[in-house]
Amino acid sequence: MQTTVAVTRTPPGIEDKRQSCLLSVSGISKSFPGVVALDDVSFQLRRGTVHALMGENGAGKSTLMKILAGIYQPDAGEIFLDGVSAQFKTPLDALTQGVGMIHQELNLMPSMTVAENIWIGREPRNRFGIIDHRRMNRLSVDLLAELKISLNPEAEVRHLSIASRQMVEIAKAVSYRSRVLIMDEPTSALTERESAHLFEIIGDLRKQGIGIVYISHKMHEIFEISDEISVFRDGKYIGTHAAAATNRDEIIHMMVGRDISTLFPKKNVPTDDVLLSVRDLTLRGVFSGVSFDLRAGEILGLAGLIGSGRSNVAETVFGVTPATSGEIRIKGQRVDLKSPRDAISNGMAFLTEDRKQSGCFLVLDVLENMQIAALQSQFVKAGFVQGKVIAAACSEMSKTLRVKSSGIHTTVENLSGGNQQKVLIGRWLLTRPGILILDEPTRGIDVAAKAEIHALVSSLATAGAGVILISSEMPEILGMSDRIMVMHEGKITGVLDRDEATQVKIMELASK
Amino acid sequence: MGKDTTAAAIPEYRGSFGGWRKPQELNIFLVLVGIVLLCEVCGWLLIGQSFVWNPQRLTITILQVSVVGIIAIGVTQVIITGGIDLSSGSVVAASAMMAAGFAQSAEWSKALYPSLTDLPAIVPIAIGVLIGLLAGMTNGVFVAYARIPPFIATLGMMVSARGISKWYTKGQPISGLTDQFTAIGSAAWPVFVFIVVAMIFHVALRYTRYGKYTYAIGANVQAARVSGIDVERHLVKVYAIAGMLAGLAGIVTAARAQTAQSGMGYMYELDAIAAAVIGGTSLAGGVGRIGGTVIGVVILGVMSSGFTFLRVDAYYQEIVKGLIIVTAVTIDVYRNRQKRS
Repeated sequence: MQTTVAVTRTPPGIEDKRQSCLLSVSGISKSFPGVVALDDVSFQLRRGTVHALMGENGAGKSTLMKILAGIYQPDAGEIFLDGVSAQFKTPLDALTQGVGMIHQELNLMPSMTVAENIWIGREPRNRFGIIDHRRMNRLSVDLLAELKISLNPEAEVRHLSIASRQMVEIAKAVSYRSRVLIMDEPTSALTERESAHLFEIIGDLRKQGIGIVYISHKMHEIFEISDEISVFRDGKYIGTHAAAATNRDEIIHMMVGRDISTLFPKKNVPTDDVLLSVRDLTLRGVFSGVSFDLRAGEILGLAGLIGSGRSNVAETVFGVTPATSGEIRIKGQRVDLKSPRDAISNGMAFLTEDRKQSGCFLVLDVLENMQIAALQSQFVKAGFVQGKVIAAACSEMSKTLRVKSSGIHTTVENLSGGNQQKVLIGRWLLTRPGILILDEPTRGIDVAAKAEIHALVSSLATAGAGVILISSEMPEILGMSDRIMVMHEGKITGVLDRDEATQVKIMELASK
Repeated sequence: MGKDTTAAAIPEYRGSFGGWRKPQELNIFLVLVGIVLLCEVCGWLLIGQSFVWNPQRLTITILQVSVVGIIAIGVTQVIITGGIDLSSGSVVAASAMMAAGFAQSAEWSKALYPSLTDLPAIVPIAIGVLIGLLAGMTNGVFVAYARIPPFIATLGMMVSARGISKWYTKGQPISGLTDQFTAIGSAAWPVFVFIVVAMIFHVALRYTRYGKYTYAIGANVQAARVSGIDVERHLVKVYAIAGMLAGLAGIVTAARAQTAQSGMGYMYELDAIAAAVIGGTSLAGGVGRIGGTVIGVVILGVMSSGFTFLRVDAYYQEIVKGLIIVTAVTIDVYRNRQKRS
């Protein structure tokens, strides 16, 4: 039941607009082996505006941005910068012509200082050709002050938070006097407060006449900061709307080509069966005195700012970093979890926060990625993997989770972020866990996949599993959890029931 | 639901054609065929002889590389975990020396252990394999538990194992080995051992939990740990197996030469690494197949036998060999890049 969205594909008078636009692309196409990533796409960015690009994972936004940043070369189409035809052969080429990109995965050199990162390749030199560090640092101080970013230019990047690294990337892009700034999901790893600071900076940049292309999956921030919204689907341009003249439902409808009923499905009430009971759990120097119960059928939200220790608690409960003291009971039995292996054999599953770092085996295929945790208990006879049985199970799981791939032999590297996440969820579901810990399960994932994952988590809880849900996204944690536990600086500062929980109360507890 | 349109936008994935998937070894196999054809054509043009149509040469070609082949099977597995094993050549020598010490015949006047002569061949074989296993386990423990970079840990073993094999007889070769023992190195036995080892580990890597864990660790060690793999224990296993295979290669070397010397297996580790890499094993970990390594080993063999056949000066042989290794890997890297972007 494909519902067509009635939007003008090419705005009228495109020829005249080209002159007044800061950046204009027309007829861009790009194919990769087996996939048409972009099909005859056009769009315009006006001076001093924030233009949001939206679309599901795999819709082609990131490909388009990489073309604009000189990382990919288009197969067809033209790019105009200030009305002049432009070609970006390399990222440096794009940067020197005034198009800067801030990547989803930050591209800074961790062991170098902030200033060195900003000025790399263009370091001020003295008359002997030696790098003039003092002048470089002074230039950085001025630049950072101009952007109202408080950072020490001599700090090494590896000591900075993700938010601060983002600021360094922005400063670097601005230092090239970029006219166009592309931001690919800049807030995906930021807390609400850090995001707010970022939006202030974006506001200042906009006033200076810089055009900003903004990619994000977070609806509320799109409407908060953008002037125009363009939607892509399956590599095609769907349409553009002024942010003030449209709404969330219309955009979602354009993105998925169908209606999504609800983001946070209603779930049933938990039972009194305590699955997991944690008492006075402490990891010295990180968190202390953490106690809570998780019941069958319950979704327990775990909120807190980044650095509050919420992910560390999850890692300790799962045996990644064993506790220094405290006690964990599973179904009343005291257990000693020294490794993830122990946790898995006790029926636990842990979807980690960082998909790339501790989740995916990028060079391996869907099957290898999905089966690995289940090999500990099932699907193996005398050391031999029951290939056909597990391949069938993984195929079935891919179908249930609606993993968009051409089969279980597709390399996971070639999947979009949302689909990679589904593969990882599949990995854990194959172990038939009784207790699931989900750390940021929907980070960087499009609305449709998000809704699917939420529905799935709900149905797991309904089926009697206990779920611990860690999330930085307030609507997600408020919508999904039966109870919300809030952490601040390594301690639990409060537990809120579903009925009493509000964003304000959580923020109060999280920043106490 | 827009299912139809999505399906249209994402055409059939390349490389999957019905149920048949292109074997990853195909490219490197074609390179092998190319090298053989080149030798054949040059043979007819320059010498007026066929390169391929000579069963004796074919046997010798494979025989020459069997020992490196046995090592390369182990080294491939280590590289798949994201590590490296530089010690295998030296372990060959250590194992050859120790095994040979227990394989001497009573007729030999200068036996190392005069009271322990004419032992059944199984004793020296067991000793050689055990030496290899111990060396490998030591590597594994240093890499996995002491977290020493594999390059350094196995570099240390490379130097020490070579030292041990010199110290063992103060540099003297060990000769006068029993016929029962030297039989392992006679005729096509080394080739047979190589093929059996290759088949065992081809199956192990592809169809057992051991294999799946090996790839997983190489692809992403943190994810492997979170997925419940005891990474340290598994790494010790993989290095131990690599050491054991080097030990086995030492036995075959000594048996074939009918003597053992401390200089045996010199630089074999580099040939083994080259064979694995030519065969498509990625030094970044997570990627590699035994089939590819076998082809890589054969390519090395065909190259040296082809050069000899074409009467190319030995000096040029090494120069060209180095070039071919780098070229093969360059092609592979380039193809992978195309596939990804």
